[in-house]
This record gives sequence, structure tokens and C-alpha cells, in this order.
Amino acid sequence: MRGPRKLGRGVAVVGAGMSKFGMFGDKDSKYLFAEAFREMLSTVDKGIDPKDIDALYLGNFTNDFFVRQGHWGPIISDLLGLTPKPATRTEGACASSALAFREGVFAIASGFYDVVLVGGVEEMSKRSTEEVTQGLAMAASPYEVKAGFTFPGVFGAMATAYFAKYGASREHLMNVTIKSHNNARLNPKAQFNVSIRDIMNQRIEKAKSKGEPIPTWRDEKEFLRDPRANPVVAWPMHLYDCCPISDGASCVLLVAEEMAKYFTDSPLHVVGIGQGSGKGLHAKEDLTYFEATRYAAKEAYELSGLKPKDVQIAEVHDCFSIAEILHIEDLGFFNPGEGYKAVEEGLTRLDGLKPINTSGGLKCKGHPVGATGTGQLVEIWKQLRGEAGERQVPIRDLRIGATQSLGGTGGTCTLTILEKR
Amino acid sequence: MEVRPFNDISYERFLSEDKLMGSRCQKCGALSVPPRSICIKCYGSEMDWLEMKGKGKLAAFTSIAIGPPFMIKEGYDRKHPYVSGVVELEEGVKVVARVEGVDGSKPETIKIGTPLRVEFLHRGEGENPMTFLAFRPL
Repeated sequence: MRGPRKLGRGVAVVGAGMSKFGMFGDKDSKYLFAEAFREMLSTVDKGIDPKDIDALYLGNFTNDFFVRQGHWGPIISDLLGLTPKPATRTEGACASSALAFREGVFAIASGFYDVVLVGGVEEMSKRSTEEVTQGLAMAASPYEVKAGFTFPGVFGAMATAYFAKYGASREHLMNVTIKSHNNARLNPKAQFNVSIRDIMNQRIEKAKSKGEPIPTWRDEKEFLRDPRANPVVAWPMHLYDCCPISDGASCVLLVAEEMAKYFTDSPLHVVGIGQGSGKGLHAKEDLTYFEATRYAAKEAYELSGLKPKDVQIAEVHDCFSIAEILHIEDLGFFNPGEGYKAVEEGLTRLDGLKPINTSGGLKCKGHPVGATGTGQLVEIWKQLRGEAGERQVPIRDLRIGATQSLGGTGGTCTLTILEKR
Repeated sequence: MEVRPFNDISYERFLSEDKLMGSRCQKCGALSVPPRSICIKCYGSEMDWLEMKGKGKLAAFTSIAIGPPFMIKEGYDRKHPYVSGVVELEEGVKVVARVEGVDGSKPETIKIGTPLRVEFLHRGEGENPMTFLAFRPL
């Protein structure tokens, strides 16, 4: 019928920035996006006049619900002085800004625009936990909601299916959590930039100062097994398996490949993009993988001509610890049923063969849903350019990195592959 | 018998009558629960209603300590978690449902593959009656 998919012309990333992620009573969406935008401008090696930006694509899931304000495209366009240039909002739940990125790539690849700003923002912490849970549930399937499922519940159910099929257990999920915290400890932008060991020490100090019984956890896993420290949220998802409620913004600057040299001598080339859609829990053929991620991966690998083994580092959508294990299998980094073993063997650590979520992931960096997709790209930008500081991966000839996003309970998934040449 | 439209409204109405119903494509026989008005196998649009026998086994579950407002109203909380699950029916399709008759506070005791039978939980008073699909171990 038709040949393999291709981009009409090449697209490159020439700048990337993010706000600090966290819960900020005194910072709103505009303030956070301005913070991300300023950092992005500072990363464009040869400078950029914002007036040269042709269009904005902005990912936002549901500020409509969280802060009772919709229509964020023009608000951010005005904030940055981009009006009357077009501003388009994209919505794909937790993958919203991954979709903004993809639309920005298409807009340049088609030849229509040369310079496009893509980003995302979400402001979640102004609502109670119950309200945020309710807001997020709008991205689940209606059948799941009525059956009492929450987001952690859906991933908890997939975890029980995975455990039953492959013999993994809660102990294996803890390896993901411990690794995420170790990485986030080295990321000043992370919401929780502390290791599990740091948290244990803080608790012990606090107990000492208050004259309370001093906890006797021997190691991180014993802390995570302690129901007082790590209560169940939706079995087997416990508090430390779940990403937090966050505010934040992030953005990256895309330009036509042939123009990249005017902005930097070390651009990142967009070599693979893929996106898929997926069914609700009841309609999945198998509860241990995401069909949308597998489809997105196939598309991105085909476009890039790369194989999973060529991807040297990746940020994956670890909204819950089990999700990280499922994604590294769906992306082909490890065989189905072997992801948890790879994590246990340390292969996904910062100094492992395939570092995953060097930023600390959604679990520790934070998950302001609309900002997450481009936030993941900020980490790959830093790593591939050797600018990740203390958490720089020690891989020689680091050239290829990827980001994978998931929206809802697997309804929208994407894979993006970037290459430094 | 009147033919109800093949949609979620009819599905819910059947639940309120203690019936778990799916749609079966007249052309290719593909079964969907909840119903579909378009067959995604052959794209036929002539459907029949088919009642499920209501027997299945547990394919996945979670025990939820922090639930949505309507579950909290039923008295569920951190100390009294409830169980939701995915049930594979004898007819070969899956549904999501509440799981009754298991101990949510001891999730280690709940086993994938447990045989289950359907039940219908009627909740809500007056103008807003709701029926929740549930299953219970045989």
C-alpha cells in the first residue's frame, strides 16, 4: 500500500527547560511556565529571539478541573509575548505534552513552520487529594471508575496479573522505588530529591528528637515493608510505589534540521516518534502489557531504523512502580517477564547497562501531568549533551536516548527517540 | 421483547434488572461486554443481546484503601479496603467489577484464578438508584 513512514524534513531540538517540580501554594501555571521558558532560552547555545517562534503547542490535561480555567494555549502565548502567533493545546491525559511535541514535529516536518515551541503545564496541588483523584479519574475508562478502580488500583490490578504470570513480587517493585530515589537525590529539580536511606535517617532523627521509639529498619526494603512508613494505597501499590501530586512546567524548542546550526552546534535530532491508543482494562487481551506502548515503539523504531538495543538511556512513564517494569518490556529493552529481573540485577541503574529514569522518574521528579512528556525530554537533552551534572550516566559515546509517555490507563502512549550526531 | 439500543445506558438498565448482557454480532458472532453498536471485527452493525451466565474467574485484582467519594460513602476506608477486579467470564470476555466475599485487608489471601459468580449490588435511593456489577467466590 505505502512505504515506511517518514518525516517530510528533519527536525531538531535546540533548547530545553523545566521549572522545579513540586507542590507550590504560591506559584501558578503562568509563573511555572515562565520558569521553564527562561531556562529553555538559556540552553540555546547561540541564542534565540522569542519573536522568531512560529507557533506554540501546549500540553495540558485538565487545569479546567484543577484550577477552573481552560483554554491555556493563548494564556501561555500571551505570557511569552508570542501573540498573535498560533497556540494549540493538546490533550492526551498524562501524555499531553508528548502529543504537543509530536504535533510540533509534524508542523515543522510538513514545511509549514521553522521554529516551534512545545511544552506542557499542570497545576494540581491547589485541590484536595480526593479532588485530584477525581480529576485524574476522568482519564480512566468509565467502566473502571464504576467498578471502584482508582489510578493506583488499575496499575495494582495489572501488577497482580504480572506477578501471577511471571512469579514477580512486591519485593521486585521496591527495587524500582529505591533506584528512582537514588537518582532523584542527584536532581535538584526533583520534588523528592532524597534517597530512601535519607528518608529513613530523617525519620530516625525525628524520633530521637521527639523521644519516641527509634525505628530499627536494617535496610531500605525493611523500611518499605513497614506499613507505618509505607501504607497500602491500592494493593500491591503502596505509598512509595506511587507518583506524587505536582505542579510544574517544561518546554523544548524545535527547529527545522537545516536551521539547527544557527542555534547550536550540538542539536539533538528527532529520529523516532511513535504513538498508539489502547483499550480499557476489561478489553485488554493480556493484562501484563500496554498495546499502545508496543505500537508507539514499533512506529518509532521503524522511523528511526533503530532497535531497542540501540537506545542507550530512556525516561519511561513510571506513574507507578509496576509501570516502569511493564514499559521497559514493551519497549523491547527486556523480554516480557524479565523486566523485573533486569531491575533487580541493577541493569537500569544510573551506572547500569541501560539506565532508566535517571531524573528520578515521575515517582520522584514529580508528575505535573501536562508537563511530564516534555519534562522527560529535558532529562534526555541534558544527558545526551553531557550536562546532567552529578547524575550524568557514565556511558562512553552516549548518542541515543528515548522518552516514553502514557496517558490514562494506557489509552495514549508515545515513544520519542533523540540522537546526537 | 423491545430491542434496546446497544449502548452503556441499556447495559446499565440490564444491570439494574440483575442481568449481565453483551452484544453479539449477527454477522460474525463476535461478543462484546459492555455492548458495542459497531462490531470491531467485521464492522457489522446488526447485533443481538446475549445474557452472560455470570460465571468466571479472577484475572487481576486490587484492594483499594483510598477510594473515590462514592465508595467512601459506602463505608470503605484505609481500615476497610474494598476489592475491585478483572473477571474473565466463561464466555471468553472480561469485565471489571467489584469483588465481594474476599478480605481486602488480607490481599495476600486473594488468588488469581479463583472461580467467581456474578451478583448485583443495588445502591442509592430515590431518584439515583445505581447497580454495581460484582462477583463473589463460588
